[in-house]
Amino acid sequence: MSSQEIPEENLPAEQDTAHGAVKVLDDPFADPGLPPHKPRIQDIDERAARRSERAVAFMFTLSMLATVGFIASYVIFPVDKIVYIWPFGRVSALNFSLGLTLGAALFFIGAGAVHWARTLMSDVEIADERHPIQASPETKAKVMADFAAGAAESGMGRRKLIRNTMFGALTLVPLSGIVLLRDMGPLPEKKLRSTLWANGKQLINMNTHEPLRPEDVAVGSLTFAMPEGLTEHDHDFQVQIAKAALMIVRIQPEDIKDKRELEWSHEGIVAFSKICTHVGCPISLYEQQTHHVLCPCHQSTFDLSDGARVIFGPAGHALPQLRIGVNDKGNLEALGDFDEPVGPAFWERG
Amino acid sequence: MKKLSARRRHPLAAVVVLLLALAATGGLYAAFAPAGTAKADETAQSLAIEEGKKLYAVGCASCHGTGGQGTTDGPSLVGVGSAAVDFQVGTGRMPAQQPGAQVPKKKVIYTQAEIDQLAAYIASLGAGPITPTEGQYSPDGADIARGGDLFRSNCAQCHNFTGEGGALTHGKYAPNLEGVSPKHLYEAMQTGPQNMPSFPDTTMPEKEKKDIIAYVQAVNGEKADSPGGLSLGGLGPVSEGLFAWVFGLGALIAVAVWVAAHTAKAKKS
Repeated sequence: MSSQEIPEENLPAEQDTAHGAVKVLDDPFADPGLPPHKPRIQDIDERAARRSERAVAFMFTLSMLATVGFIASYVIFPVDKIVYIWPFGRVSALNFSLGLTLGAALFFIGAGAVHWARTLMSDVEIADERHPIQASPETKAKVMADFAAGAAESGMGRRKLIRNTMFGALTLVPLSGIVLLRDMGPLPEKKLRSTLWANGKQLINMNTHEPLRPEDVAVGSLTFAMPEGLTEHDHDFQVQIAKAALMIVRIQPEDIKDKRELEWSHEGIVAFSKICTHVGCPISLYEQQTHHVLCPCHQSTFDLSDGARVIFGPAGHALPQLRIGVNDKGNLEALGDFDEPVGPAFWERG
Repeated sequence: MKKLSARRRHPLAAVVVLLLALAATGGLYAAFAPAGTAKADETAQSLAIEEGKKLYAVGCASCHGTGGQGTTDGPSLVGVGSAAVDFQVGTGRMPAQQPGAQVPKKKVIYTQAEIDQLAAYIASLGAGPITPTEGQYSPDGADIARGGDLFRSNCAQCHNFTGEGGALTHGKYAPNLEGVSPKHLYEAMQTGPQNMPSFPDTTMPEKEKKDIIAYVQAVNGEKADSPGGLSLGGLGPVSEGLFAWVFGLGALIAVAVWVAAHTAKAKKS
C-alpha cells in the first residue's frame, strides 16, 4: 500500500495563509499581570465584617473554655474512673476528657486563625520584585582591598612563628572537649564477659523464688531462673538479670543431638541464656515439640536440642549454655559461669 | 424396763450409754456411708471409661492408635491426663480437621458428658494432669497485678502483653486469649497443648495460675476496660502509628483541601 492510495479527504488540511492562519501576538510570553482584585462580602458590608469578627472571637472563646475544661477534668476525674462511651467502649474518663478538651482548645485556635485570615485580613495579592544578588564591582574591589590591607597589617605572611603557633593552639583546643567525653561513664571493662552465675549458685525459680529441683521440671515445660542471692529489690537487679537471665527446659536425653549439651545438662534439663546473640532481645518463644526458640525482634531461631544452634535469622552464634548439676540438697545448681559472653557480639569479644 | 430404769442413776450408766451410742454410730457409718459411695464411684468410673473407650474408637483411634499409643499421624496419649483431653476436645481443637502446622480452635462437637468420658478413658491409660475443679481455676479474689507480672515474664513473649496472640515459626502461632474460659486457660498452662510449653504446678503453683487467669480476664475480652479508648488490636506502636498516619494525616489533608476549595469572595467565579 503506497501513499498515493490514501483518499485525499483523510489527509490533514494544508497550512494555508489565506484561511486558518494563526494570529501571532507581538510578545507571546508577555506577563498577563495579576487578575483584578475581587472584594469579599466582608470588604463591602461592614455588618458582615462584624459577623466574621464575632465568629473568630467565638472560636477563640471556645478554645479558652476548652482549656478551662482541661484543667477542670484533670482536677475532677480520678485516674481509675472508667465510663462507657460509644463507640470506644469502656474508657478512662480522665484520658477521654483530657484528650477531648485539649484537642478542642488547639483546634479552635487554628480554626479561628484561619477564619480571621480568610475573611478579615487583607487579601490583595502583591508581587514583590526580585533584586540582583550579586554585589557591584566597586563593592567587590573595596572588600578585596580591605582584606589585603588587613592581612598585610597583621603580619600573617611575614611573622610565620606567630601564624604557626596560632594554628597549633587552635588545633589543640578541641582536644580538651574530647578528653571530657571520658567522664560520660565508667568503661565496661570485663563486665560484658561475666554474669552472676558461678559454681555452686542455685537456680532460683523466678515465679516462686524457691530453688528449682530437677523433679519440678517436667518434659516440655518452660521455666525461668535467676542466680541465688539476687532479688528483685536489688538496686542493680535489672543490670544483673539482663546478663544472667536463664531459660530452663527439659528434653528427653535421647532427643539431644549435641554431645556437649547433653554433658552439660542434668538428666535432660538444659539451661540456656535468655538473651539473643543478635542484638540482645530476651527470647523465650519456645516451641516444645520442635525445641525451637524464636526471637521476636528479628526472627532468629535456635534449636535447643542441638546446642542452641542458629537455624534461621541474623544471629551470629549459638545461645550460651550454662552447665548445671544437683547439689547435696537436691536442688539444681550452676557448675560455673557461662563459658562465653552472653548476648550480642561486641568489638573485643573475639 | 423397770430394771433398766431402776439402774439409770448407777455411776456407770453414763459410760454404758456413751459406749452404746458410739458403737451404733460407728456401725451405721461402716455399714452405709464409705462402702456405698466407693462402690458407686467405682462403677460410675468404670462405666465412664467404657463409654469413653467407645467414643475414642470412633473419633480418635485413627490418628492416636487403637490403644492411645500414637501413630505417625498423632502423638501418644499415654500420660497426657484428663486435663489435656478436656482442653483439646473442649475447645474443639480435637478431633483435628486436617493435619497441618497447628490445629485451630473450632466448634465443639462433643457434649461435656462425652468429653468427661473420653477424659476418663485417656486418664486410665496413664497418670497425668487431672481436669481442674472450679476452686482451682476460678479467678475470684486473685491478685491481678501479680498476675500481670507473671503473664509478662511467662506468657507475653508469645501471646502479646494483653493476650492478643502472635506468630511463631512455619505457620504456627500463639492464639488470641480473648473469650477463653478460665478452665481452659488453666488446662493450657498445666498441659502445654501442641507447641506451647507447659507450666506445671511444681514451677508455677495453682495460685499463680489463678492470678494469671484474673489478669487475662482483666485486660482481654468484652468486659475488659480499655483506658486509652480504641485499642487498635493491642499491637502497640505499629498499628497506632499506621492509624495516626492514615487517619490523622488524612483528616488534616481533608481539612486543608476543604479550606482551599471554598472561596471567600463575594462573587463566586
